[in-house]
Amino acid sequence: MNDPAPRRWTGAALEVAVPLIALVLWGVLSSNSQTYYFPPLTDILTTFKDTWLFDRVGSDVVPSLLRMFAGFFIAVVVAVAAGLALGASGRARRAFSPIVEFLRAIPPPALLPFAILVIGVGDSMKVFIIAFVCVWPILLNTIDGVTGVDPTLRETAKSYGIPQAQVVRRVMLPAATPQIFAGMRTSLSLALILMVISEMVASTNGIGYFVLQSQRTFAIPEMWSGIILLGLLGYLFNGVFVLIEKRVLRWHRGARASALS
Amino acid sequence: MTALSHTGGRSRARAPDALLPWLAVLGALALFELAPRVGILPSDHFPPISDSISTLVEQLGQSTFWTAVGQTMQGWALGLGIAAALGVPLGIIIGSNRLLYRACRGLIEFLRPIPSVALIPLAILIYGTGMQSKVFLAAFASFWQVIVATLYGVQDVDPVATDTARSFGFSRVKRLFRVTLPSAVPYIATGLRIASAVSLILTVTAELVIGAPGLGRAINVARSGGNEELMYALILTTGILGLLLNMVFVRVEKRVLHWHPSHRRDVNV
Repeated sequence: MNDPAPRRWTGAALEVAVPLIALVLWGVLSSNSQTYYFPPLTDILTTFKDTWLFDRVGSDVVPSLLRMFAGFFIAVVVAVAAGLALGASGRARRAFSPIVEFLRAIPPPALLPFAILVIGVGDSMKVFIIAFVCVWPILLNTIDGVTGVDPTLRETAKSYGIPQAQVVRRVMLPAATPQIFAGMRTSLSLALILMVISEMVASTNGIGYFVLQSQRTFAIPEMWSGIILLGLLGYLFNGVFVLIEKRVLRWHRGARASALS
Repeated sequence: MTALSHTGGRSRARAPDALLPWLAVLGALALFELAPRVGILPSDHFPPISDSISTLVEQLGQSTFWTAVGQTMQGWALGLGIAAALGVPLGIIIGSNRLLYRACRGLIEFLRPIPSVALIPLAILIYGTGMQSKVFLAAFASFWQVIVATLYGVQDVDPVATDTARSFGFSRVKRLFRVTLPSAVPYIATGLRIASAVSLILTVTAELVIGAPGLGRAINVARSGGNEELMYALILTTGILGLLLNMVFVRVEKRVLHWHPSHRRDVNV
């Protein structure tokens, strides 16, 4: 906050430099590595280039991402709609809370065998499991957001005789947006995780399938390149989402800032 | 007055609020009992829920069931324990030094979003397909929850409190135990509660994908053996475990943190 300028610069420089140093250190330490499981970083990077730029993009990366985003968007639509409904009615919320709590408590991978049994091993099984898992954080956050709407706002809308549909659209949804976004961010990382798990358990393509298959055939640099790709994707999605969130919620931050000052 | 009698009249016609959760649960159970029997859901994939529940009750007397539960719980406990033992002290050390925090932030922000399941193949290579792989994955995934929560907690200490303690000549160690830790504990508690859920999820994942012994593998075995009732019974078990663990954490949190402002809100009202 009230750091002197030079210290602030040191901080910023450190923030960028430390990950780079760690990367260089990995490269140097592994350069003469004879250990079979930890090949030199340069080998991994060469394999990464050969595998992912852009040889397997069409066959593995695109199907993976399609499944992931299909599941994620289904979850967003279902969870926001259900969250608005449950948030608006205290009785409905009360009634469904034990069911929601229980479904949420089941570790998601435990449902994979169920999904395979009922839906099969195809894409729809993976989309289902991703959507099922992503629903809960968004749903609970939407409910929280809606119940947290300023009562004055609610009463005002009511006393002006604004129809319920309009109240949901113009009052509740905007007020709950920051919370909904927080839930979506959690769900996005869950979507990536479940995409990988579902592909590891039952699939014939996809990044998760590729990584596990590489390990089983002892293609170690390929395995590492897949792990690095997943790490980059996780980092990238998170970063892009934060940018979108900042953009969409600009009005919210503005309103907060002017209210506080 | 009229409003009161009006709501009074309405609540007589509707179910009282306290009964609502029970009614909804009963409704859901009835749905999953009747739908397979009537044929709305294919009964070869969805046995009536009473069959699954009676299978679960039968399982409660089997030693194999309790062994699987024990193996899963062991993975959960070790994973969470390692994550807490590393995450809390590291979070406190990193969080209380500004430069160190800046230096580590980039690294943490880069490592944290990596999906821990991407490391499954690596875990198999290094630790094999047993308990060690399970614990490694669970610890890795829950570590980030703990350290990030601790960092937030340590950073959120009221600067006036720290400065006051400093001007009263409190030593560094004393400040840590008297000011920083008490104010960071609620954050750490929340972090541990989330980490507990993550640890359970990763334990079950490892059992399913790697085939480490435990509930996850048992579910998979039940499915491939065509024993649907058992599969559903075991899935219910994992849900109950998750629910129980969460409840224990909430209870302990309430009891341990009863002195903290965030837990005494209702007193002011």
